Amino acid sequence: MEYTPNADQEISENEQPILQLEDVTIRYGDVPAVQNVSLAIARQQITSIIGPSGCGKSTLLRALNRMNDFIPEANITGRILYMGAELYSEETDPVDVRRKIGMVFQKPNPFPKSIFSNVAWGPSINGYREGIEDRVEKSLRRAALWEEVADRLHDSASSLSGGQQQRLCIARALAMEPEVILMDEPCSALDPVSTARIEDLMFELKKRYTIVIVTHNMQQAARVSDYTAFLESGKLVEFGETDQVFTRPRHNRTEEYVTGRFG
Amino acid sequence: MTNGSPENTASLLVGKVRFHWKEEVIRIALFLCAILSVATTLSIVVVLATEAFTFFENVSLGEFLLGGRWTPLLVPRSFGVLPLVCGTLLIVAGAALIALPVGLATAVYLGEYAPDRVRSIVKPVLEVLAGIPTVVYGYFALTFVTPLIRSIFPSTQIFNAASASIVVSIMVLPMVASLCDDSLRAVPLSLRQGAYALGATSFEVTTRVVVPASLSGVVASFVLALSRAIGETMAVTLAAGATPRMTINPLESIQTMTAYIVQVSLGDTPAGSVEYQTIFAVAALLFTITLMMNVIAHRVLRRFREVYE
Ligand SMILES: Nc1ncnc2c1ncn2[C@@H]1O[C@H](COP(=O)(O)OP(=O)(O)OP(=O)(O)O)[C@@H](O)[C@H]1O
Ligand SMILES: [Mg+2]
Repeated sequence: MEYTPNADQEISENEQPILQLEDVTIRYGDVPAVQNVSLAIARQQITSIIGPSGCGKSTLLRALNRMNDFIPEANITGRILYMGAELYSEETDPVDVRRKIGMVFQKPNPFPKSIFSNVAWGPSINGYREGIEDRVEKSLRRAALWEEVADRLHDSASSLSGGQQQRLCIARALAMEPEVILMDEPCSALDPVSTARIEDLMFELKKRYTIVIVTHNMQQAARVSDYTAFLESGKLVEFGETDQVFTRPRHNRTEEYVTGRFG
Repeated sequence: MTNGSPENTASLLVGKVRFHWKEEVIRIALFLCAILSVATTLSIVVVLATEAFTFFENVSLGEFLLGGRWTPLLVPRSFGVLPLVCGTLLIVAGAALIALPVGLATAVYLGEYAPDRVRSIVKPVLEVLAGIPTVVYGYFALTFVTPLIRSIFPSTQIFNAASASIVVSIMVLPMVASLCDDSLRAVPLSLRQGAYALGATSFEVTTRVVVPASLSGVVASFVLALSRAIGETMAVTLAAGATPRMTINPLESIQTMTAYIVQVSLGDTPAGSVEYQTIFAVAALLFTITLMMNVIAHRVLRRFREVYE
């Protein structure tokens, strides 16, 4: 790997990155899935992580809100700083981390409860009971779902379509008022129309939130993201502004991948 | 082998139509096995019904179901079954009070908290508990639990409902734990992850997502455990006594429906007499109650079952 990405360079000088990865290596047992990755996630921007299947995208994404803690054999070395604070230190409570850094999964996973209760769930376990109706409405509006569900808030979430369920899961994450939203292939189970809606939504969300998205879809990465990280076999091959990565890649593996010549 | 020629294909097909007598014998044998359990159940119901029917020619249904005195073997005779029902309920309530919460908590612990090593010890222990013959539980009640209770409450009678309740609860505990465990496990990992990703603690994920999502299984396991406790015989016969009594004091001696049936079956009550027929009436009532509980359990399971892909 002759090109070592210099993360700080990519981001406008005056803005400190919200998440900073320094030499992050993640292993399952002894097998490394992510190796020596350093990069910076810019605030209120969309960063996409692309790369062939099994290259460690999901592993890397889960490291950002400590969801790997639930995989007993996973271990991490290196540093991840969230707004300057160490994410993996003794003093950091992973529960607090996940309140600030929300996650949307590949397959919509609403709770088997009503639409309202799904969105209200996060705030309610964290003791925000006051003005819960407003909060639910605000979150559903931000997730571009309000119009469709306003008159059936107490129907079961399973009565929604797949795309609506995914937007409900986004609303559920937004209700926690997180800073960062991690999305792992959020559209891979959805049809093109629902996908387009979620992409539009991401542009809206960017005004308030930082988004990190894993995607297999090159067009999607090119369309929605400001920064792109290309991973291969756990190593960060290239990281930079999406425009540059797709049109003037510095590394020919990147070029081969984004032009669809492999993977 | 050269295949593909028309004759070959034809003869192959003709061979298939031949009567396979072996298959036919196997099919009939299997059918007979299957019918055996149905026939047994039906004949039990028929015997119960006819014997109970003759009983009700002598004693009115109203007197039986509503009467508060059960002295069929003593003069003056009285056939009010309520004291037996009350005895059974007392045992069941006590057992439920212990077994349901502890069983659910065990399942939650095993499924959500226990490290694999603990799980690999507790699970087999539960299975052993479930396999202990119930008469052993009865002796355990008499020789261990009762003295223990009497050392705390000296006024406790030798035969008492509390002791029987406690061992019945130990008896049904493995069933509650194992059925609850199954239904908690059926809740997909993705739901748990979704909850954790919202900044929930293990306790919140368990109590506010996993248990509610598997509520139907949990309730069904509760109902099945209750119906097992209602039908439990050996331990209550040994430990709870033979005194039909309308009481809610667990430290007193009582008699359950099942224990009464044992008493009469083993006693010298002449077959064919009204006294003897009482056991069929009691058994029919017992059967109706447990059947209803099982039907409810299945309804609950069907009605509230969450469908996960
Ligand atoms: N729980 C686990 N235990 C052991 N190894 C794992 C585990 N999860 C993932 N891996 C391994 O780590 C590597 C990276 O997996 P990861 O899921 O991060 O890939 P990915 O880039 O998200 O792939 P995909 O695009 O198919 O989702 C793979 O080789 C995978 O086999
Ligand atoms: Mg993945």
